Amino acid sequence: MLSIKNLQASVGDKAILKGINLEVKAGEVHAIMGPNGSGKSTLSNVLAGRENTTVTGGSVTYQGKDLLALAVEERAREGVFLAFQYPVEIPGVGNVYLLKAALNAQRKHRGLPELDAMDFLALVKDKMKLMEMNESMLYRAVNEGFSGGEKKRNEILQMVVLEPSLAILDETDSGLDIDALKVVSHGVNSLRSPERAMILVTHYQRLLDYIKPDFVHVLSDGRIQRSGGPELALELEREGYAWVGDAKNAGVVAP
Amino acid sequence: MNSITDTLEGLISLEYRHGFETSIEADEIPKGLSEDTVRLISARKNEPEFLLEWRLEAYRRWLKMTPPTWSSVHYPPIDYQDIIYYSAPKSQKDGPKSLDEVDPELLKTYEKLGIPLHERAILAGVAVDAVFDSVSVATTFKDKLAEVGIIFCSFSEAVQHHPELVKQYLGTVVPVQDNFYAALNSAVFSDGSFVYIPPGVRCPMELSTYFRINAKNTGQFERTLIIADRGASVSYLEGCTAPMRDENQLHAAVVELVALEDAKIKYSTVQNWYPGDKDGRGGIYNFVTKRGDCRGARSHISWTQVETGSAITWKYPSVILRGEESVGEFYSVALTNHRQQADTGTKMIHIGKNTRSTIVSKGISAGFGQQAYRGLVRMARSATGARNHTQCDSLLLGDRCQAHTFPYIEVKNNTATVEHEASTSRIGEDQLFFCRQRGLSAEDAVSMIVNGFCKEVFKELPMEFAVEAQKLLGVSLEGSVG
Repeated sequence: MLSIKNLQASVGDKAILKGINLEVKAGEVHAIMGPNGSGKSTLSNVLAGRENTTVTGGSVTYQGKDLLALAVEERAREGVFLAFQYPVEIPGVGNVYLLKAALNAQRKHRGLPELDAMDFLALVKDKMKLMEMNESMLYRAVNEGFSGGEKKRNEILQMVVLEPSLAILDETDSGLDIDALKVVSHGVNSLRSPERAMILVTHYQRLLDYIKPDFVHVLSDGRIQRSGGPELALELEREGYAWVGDAKNAGVVAP
Repeated sequence: MNSITDTLEGLISLEYRHGFETSIEADEIPKGLSEDTVRLISARKNEPEFLLEWRLEAYRRWLKMTPPTWSSVHYPPIDYQDIIYYSAPKSQKDGPKSLDEVDPELLKTYEKLGIPLHERAILAGVAVDAVFDSVSVATTFKDKLAEVGIIFCSFSEAVQHHPELVKQYLGTVVPVQDNFYAALNSAVFSDGSFVYIPPGVRCPMELSTYFRINAKNTGQFERTLIIADRGASVSYLEGCTAPMRDENQLHAAVVELVALEDAKIKYSTVQNWYPGDKDGRGGIYNFVTKRGDCRGARSHISWTQVETGSAITWKYPSVILRGEESVGEFYSVALTNHRQQADTGTKMIHIGKNTRSTIVSKGISAGFGQQAYRGLVRMARSATGARNHTQCDSLLLGDRCQAHTFPYIEVKNNTATVEHEASTSRIGEDQLFFCRQRGLSAEDAVSMIVNGFCKEVFKELPMEFAVEAQKLLGVSLEGSVG
C-alpha cells in the first residue's frame, strides 16, 4: 500500500528526515516511536503534504501512485488520513458542517453519490456512539472550546466517518487520560481491517497496550534505526531511547 | 506561505459581476452645483415650498463646511462642480403609472441584476423599490401594502402625496448641518425610498430598495426615510451596484430611521458598489450617513451591513437610544481587497434609562486593503443602567493589508456598563492544511473559514440576503445540516 524509499525532507533549512525506508502493506499496523525531535511529526506531515515541509530526496508510492506529486486534498480523497497532534480550532464553522463537506468531497472524488443531510446525520450519530461523544458536539464550532481529550476524540470521529485506507495518527495518545485513551483506541481498532493500513506515531508504549501494532520502528536522527515486532516497544519502554544511539551502528533491521 | 496567500487572494477577488452599463436616454441637468442647481432639482420634482427652503438652507450651510478629515481614508479632493446632480431615464419623466409603463430597458437591467420587478416573478414576500441614478423607477406590491395602511413609495411620491409626514420627520434624525456629506445630500438629494408603518402594524413582507448608478459623471444622492409608528415593525433591505468605470463616482446618501414606542426596524444592507479595479482605478466613493432614532420606549433599531464594494467606504450607521429600554444593534461584515479603503463602524448614543446596544463588527482585509473600525459608545448622564457590548474582529488575508480598530467610549453615568472585545487573526496555514487534509479544496476551505468568521453577522440577515452575502464573499452556504 505504502512504499517509502530513502525519503529525505527538511523544514526550513534544517534537514529532518535523512533517508527513511518503510514498507506498509494493507492490513498492517505500524508504530513509529522515537525521542523528541527525531522527525516523527515531520514524517507524518510529509506524507500528508504539509507545505512547510520540503522533500529533498527519495520517493513515496501509495497504491501505485506517486504520493508526493498529489496535492494535500487529493491525498485525502485517495484515502490518506492524518489525525493531528494539535487539532486546530475553526471558529464559527460547525463540526457537523465540516465533516459533511469533507465526506462528500471524498465521496464525489470516488464517484459515489453525496450523502444528504438525513443520511449523513444518521451515519455520524452512529459513529459518535462508538466514540462516546455527546451529540451536542456536532453543533459546536470545530474544536473551539474543546478540551484536549475532546479534540482527540473529534479527530478519531472524523477518521471513523471518513474511513481512510491509510490512517496516520500523530501522537494521538498525548494529553489523553486513561479512559479517553480506551475510547480513542476502541475507535481506531474498529477501523482495523485487511484493506486498511495504519501508522501510529507515538512516544509511549502505553498506546500500544490498546492498539496492538504488527511492527514497531524506532526513529532517531531522521532515520529508522531499528525495526521489530511489538516486543521492541517494550524494550524501549524499559531502556529508554538512549540506547538507540548505539543501535545506529548495528544497522537497520528490516521488518 | 506564498501559495496560500495567492489562493486566498484569488478567492476573494471574484470578478465584479454587475459592471455592465445600460444604454438609455437620460434627462440630465448640466454639471455643477449652485443655488440654481438646487432650485432646478426641486422644480423638476415639483416640490412644495417648504422642501425647497429646506434644501436651500442645507446648501448654504454646506458652503461653509469642509469635508471631514478625521477618518483614515485617503482620496484626492473632489471637484463638486464636475458632477451631474440630477439624471433620470428620459422615459420616466412623467413617472410610470404602473410597471407596464416602465421602460423595458430598465426592467431588463434589474432582471440582469437578479431583481425582477414584475410582481409575479418576484420572490414572494419581498417588495422592491428600484432607484436608477436619481429616480425611483418602480415600486412593487404598493397596493397590497396600502391595504394595511403601509406607505412604501419613492421619496418623490411621498413628497407629493404625504407632505405632512415628510415635513414632520425629514431631517429630524440627521439634521442638514450634521456633516459635510449629509448637508450636500440635503441640498441635492433626488430620490430614495419612503416607508411609513402605521401603529401596531407588522409589515407582512420584506421591503427593499435596489440602488443602481448608471449614468456617467453622476453623483447619487438618495434619501431614505423610514418611520415605524407605535408598536409597528418592519424589515428593510438595501442593495447597491454600479457599472465599472475608470473615474470615481460619488454616492452620498442619507438614511433616517424613526422608531416610536415599541416599534422595531431592522435595516439590512448588502453594499456592492463597483470597488474599482485591482490597481485602484475607478470605483464608488460611498460617503453615507445612516442613523436611527429610538424615539419611543422599548423601541428597537438594528443595522446589519455587508460591505464588499466601493473604492472608499465612509459609513457609520448609528442609533440614538432616547426611549427608555430601547435597543440598538449593529452587525457588520466589511471586506476590503486590492486598493479598497473602508472606515466604517457605528455610534451608539445612550440617552434613555436601561438602554442596550450590541456591536458586532467583522472586518476582512486582503490585497492592499485598508480597513478601520471606528465606533463611538456614549453613555449620557441620563443613561442609568445602560449597557453596551462591542466585539470587533479582524481577519487578514495576506501580509500587505491592514486593519485598525478605533473604539471611542464616553461614559457619564456610573451605572452604565460598557464592554469591548477585539481580536485580529490571520487565516492560519494550519487551519487551511487541516481542512484540505480532510479532502476539501483550498477554495472551499477558505470559504468555510471566512464564512465561519462572519457567521454571527450573516445570521442576522434575512434569508435571501444571507445567500447573496455569502455568494459575494465567495463562500458556500453553511448550516445546510442541523
